[in-house]
Amino acid sequence: MSDRLEVRKTYKLLVNGAFPRSESGRTYEVLSARGEFLANVAQGSRKDLRDAVVAARAAQSKWWSSSAYNRGQVIYRCAEMAESRRAELAEHVGLAEGVGAKQSAKSVARAIDRIIWYAGWTDKVAQVFGGANPVAGPFFNFSVPKPCGVVAVVASQDSSLEGFVDQVFAPLCTGNSVIAVSSERRPTPSILLGEMTATSDFPPGVLNIVTGVTSELAPILASHEDVDGIDLTGLDQSAATELHALAAGSIKRVFRSSAHDTSSSTRRLRTFIDTSTVWHTIGQ
Amino acid sequence: MNEKNLANSQLGALVYDPAPESASIARIKSSYGLFIDGAFTEASAHEHFVTLNPATEEVLATVSRASDADVDRAVRSARHAYEKVWSKTTGAERAKYLFRIARLIQERSRELAVVETLDNGKPIRESRDIDIPLAAAHFFYYAGWADKLDHAGYGASPQPLGVAGQIIPWNFPLLMAAWKLAPALAAGNTCVLKPAETTPLTALVLAEILEQAELPSGVVNIITGDGSTGAALVEHPGVDKIAFTGSTEVGRLIQQRVASSAKHLTLELGGKGANIVFEDAPIDEMIEGIIDGIFFNQGHVCCAGSRLLVQESIADEVLRRLVRRVEQLRVGDPMDKNTDVGAINSAAQLARIQELTAFGEREGATRYSSACTLPDKGYWFAPTVFADVAQSHRIAREEIFGPVLSVLTFRTPDEAVAKANNTNYGLACGVWSEKGSRTLWVAERLRAGVIWANTYNRFDPASPFGGVRESGFGREGGRQGLEAYLNV
Amino acid sequence: MAPEEIGVIIARSNDAPTIESEAQLRALLSGLSGVDAVGVEARAAKLATRSIKKSTKMTAIDLAISMVDLTTLEGADTPGRVRSLCTKALRPDPRDLTVPSVAAVCVYPDLVAQARTALGDANVSVAAVATAFPSGRASMAVKLLDVREAVEAGADEIDMVIDRGAFLAGRLGQVYEEIVAVKQACGDAHLKVILETGELVTYDNVRRASWLAMLAGADFIKTSTGKVAVNATPPVALVMLEAVRDFAETSGRVVGVKVAGGIRSTKDAMKYLVIVNETAGSAWLTPQRFRFGASSLLNDLLMQRLKQQRGAYVRPDEFSGD
Repeated sequence: MSDRLEVRKTYKLLVNGAFPRSESGRTYEVLSARGEFLANVAQGSRKDLRDAVVAARAAQSKWWSSSAYNRGQVIYRCAEMAESRRAELAEHVGLAEGVGAKQSAKSVARAIDRIIWYAGWTDKVAQVFGGANPVAGPFFNFSVPKPCGVVAVVASQDSSLEGFVDQVFAPLCTGNSVIAVSSERRPTPSILLGEMTATSDFPPGVLNIVTGVTSELAPILASHEDVDGIDLTGLDQSAATELHALAAGSIKRVFRSSAHDTSSSTRRLRTFIDTSTVWHTIGQ
Repeated sequence: MNEKNLANSQLGALVYDPAPESASIARIKSSYGLFIDGAFTEASAHEHFVTLNPATEEVLATVSRASDADVDRAVRSARHAYEKVWSKTTGAERAKYLFRIARLIQERSRELAVVETLDNGKPIRESRDIDIPLAAAHFFYYAGWADKLDHAGYGASPQPLGVAGQIIPWNFPLLMAAWKLAPALAAGNTCVLKPAETTPLTALVLAEILEQAELPSGVVNIITGDGSTGAALVEHPGVDKIAFTGSTEVGRLIQQRVASSAKHLTLELGGKGANIVFEDAPIDEMIEGIIDGIFFNQGHVCCAGSRLLVQESIADEVLRRLVRRVEQLRVGDPMDKNTDVGAINSAAQLARIQELTAFGEREGATRYSSACTLPDKGYWFAPTVFADVAQSHRIAREEIFGPVLSVLTFRTPDEAVAKANNTNYGLACGVWSEKGSRTLWVAERLRAGVIWANTYNRFDPASPFGGVRESGFGREGGRQGLEAYLNV
Repeated sequence: MAPEEIGVIIARSNDAPTIESEAQLRALLSGLSGVDAVGVEARAAKLATRSIKKSTKMTAIDLAISMVDLTTLEGADTPGRVRSLCTKALRPDPRDLTVPSVAAVCVYPDLVAQARTALGDANVSVAAVATAFPSGRASMAVKLLDVREAVEAGADEIDMVIDRGAFLAGRLGQVYEEIVAVKQACGDAHLKVILETGELVTYDNVRRASWLAMLAGADFIKTSTGKVAVNATPPVALVMLEAVRDFAETSGRVVGVKVAGGIRSTKDAMKYLVIVNETAGSAWLTPQRFRFGASSLLNDLLMQRLKQQRGAYVRPDEFSGD
């Protein structure tokens, strides 16, 4: 043990590219998996989410209208940032999930590889899920997948980094902006990742991370009418059902899953895109 | 030449004698049962309702009302057919059944067109030239997919969902049935289809066609009824998938109910489509496109171009030409081959249109309605254009689902996009301009599932259709339409 | 809002603009709205589905007969051929005097005199194709002489061809001036300007050429010579009828439309009448404003007319082959 006194960090929210404390001034105590004090994490409020949705809405069109290539670069940059802070991420994954150093290092590696997987998807989505349609008439007809808009993510409660990465980068890579509610008990890896996105050229507001009490925050997002889609992975079955019904109020796209997805399935990615089809006449 | 005389003289012109299609071709039976497990059966509670010809208010037929028990019977039949037959039928064989159905629809197209027009009130020209041929085309298109699902882009060996409960609206009765059944069957699902209460007949003729095609019993069940029948289908635990086309209000309820189950869901809901007209638009075709956009099928179209956004520099000219063109529309007997605008589908829908248009006048919009003579019997509404409409008016925000157009103006492309997107809906939009780069710029920014450039209200089985935001989710048509019926 | 209020929203000038320079003409024509080919073809196809039955059909058949420019434009034309054509023009069905005469007999300039003699003072005009028909490839002097001789020989109507080469090369002023000069040479004769739309190819060109001809003084704009691969088509007629409608609205001057080439059946003729009816309006449903340039069309109209009366199909040989 070093005799130098450690400089601790205050864990804050990520809203509109800034790292504010919760406007409510509340924090809650986060313990490691072993029950030791880890941090006083900002306990986000209704107003923090309101601000985050406003920021996400404002940022979304810019994020979407930047080129797919550019979005891929930004996401890849985030993987680079994470790579250089692997040790720190692994330490927090270990503390949060109570796994050993080897396992946490592997988890971080997989998470970073997953970010890269999504970085590569940005300019493939339109080709894989869109295309030209041979209609029976003198029309050029093509389909383009467009982001559904603002997506809320209720992050996996267990998989503090890998799950979070999958949930957040799937909607981001297709051009959505995201408001993520971190794992309530295991928030610190996601907070670190949020700090890394701040140095990855993400336009402010594209990714917002709010820590706090899931049961308090998630319903606010599920019922928020300016949220277009929601990933309910971090909720148990009955809470997910309840919020799914709330989400129906504004016909949200809803993704439900009992665990985080490590497969190559594109279901999560497809949930938050809407195919837009353009017809144009062909004539001389 | 005096402007007014010119417009009026077009009315008097070559007065077309009535050219009615023969109603006897329809061969409508006096009563219909429920099509369950490959046969027409009596409803368990022996409840019935009648379906009317909205153009005359005459009774066309008595139809069975499916109770909860009947819904259960239909779902069990579909489940049994799924497990015992359809899931074991190869894609190539499923394809051949669908091709057969497509051909049978083509063979009986004249009959189907007449039945559709009698039951729905839409002009025979539209049911004959659009609804029925497109319904056949949908089966033809998806037939080809049934044995090629591996190549649909959703991974190898994609699996069907199981039993699909499908609830369709009254505006395109047979076409909507085709949009639902064809991809579901191609993907390997079995179906329970509930047609709309006011337009059940073509689906029942389709049931006869399925019999002629020798589709295995229970693969498709067609149950008629009202909202309670639909609700029972949504709630039924034996259903794996709900596909609904209809109002956003009902769609919202369905999504809420489905939340507590593992059912898959796709929704195709309402719209308030913006038809954006730039000053460099091809003006004559654009006027026709505006007319098609809002008066096609009496405006009973979820993707109708019900908000005309016209660049201020040409607004007066567009309005003048539009009003002149509206006067030319031939409103009346849907069975007349020369009718452009037919009957409103029901008394309830007519009341809603009347209520909202009354609001339009009260809110200060300038109303222009065609001076056409409307028949005494039946449900009718004269084609109507509202000028001087503001974004905040109810007629600019709510879906009227009738032959009523609201005209608004804009100054710049940016403003056009902002106004077009200023709605909770997002189904379809039109863009009219001779400048390709601007059209694509606008299309990229419109929040809509379908964007028609220099055309409107075009449909094709190869072209995905569906909404964004509160217009629903999921696509019908094209490769994307398979996704709604595959467990991927 | 009442239609009359809408009508006065735009204050319009009531004169055709005077063309003072090629630049002005070019600006005016390029300021015309474009035509979307898909849209105009779809509109024409939709109008073609109109069902014309019973008394409407009888009225329309007689109307169509009265609009025919009965035409012979062959190298083998002779005075005898023209005389028999004139007889047919005056009394298309000699057994039934309720059948109207056709609008005109259309011949080459050298046969105008024969036609004039055969038709006498009857209410059937003599039309002559002039200006080095059909190609228009001759000097201006030759073209004008062609016109003057035809008029002197008794032509009531001159069907001139525009210089398509000049139009496509962008020499709009030249095309304009030629029409102005021919119009002057016509004197009292009516001038039909043949655009040869099959060679202009695009609907945009058809619309611009229509306006150019009308601005230059055409009394009629006509689709085709009948001598090229593509002749009159319903969408082309639709574009031209939109042009005459809009020109009448903006200038107050009424111009007619003649469709020519390939129109052989009553069904085809009905389609065109519907397009006239629903585009320019019923004011154009008169031989003064709409013509069919045709030869075999007349017999088909007569056969359909008799079929309507008899209720059974009739033999082609019921009518003379002229």
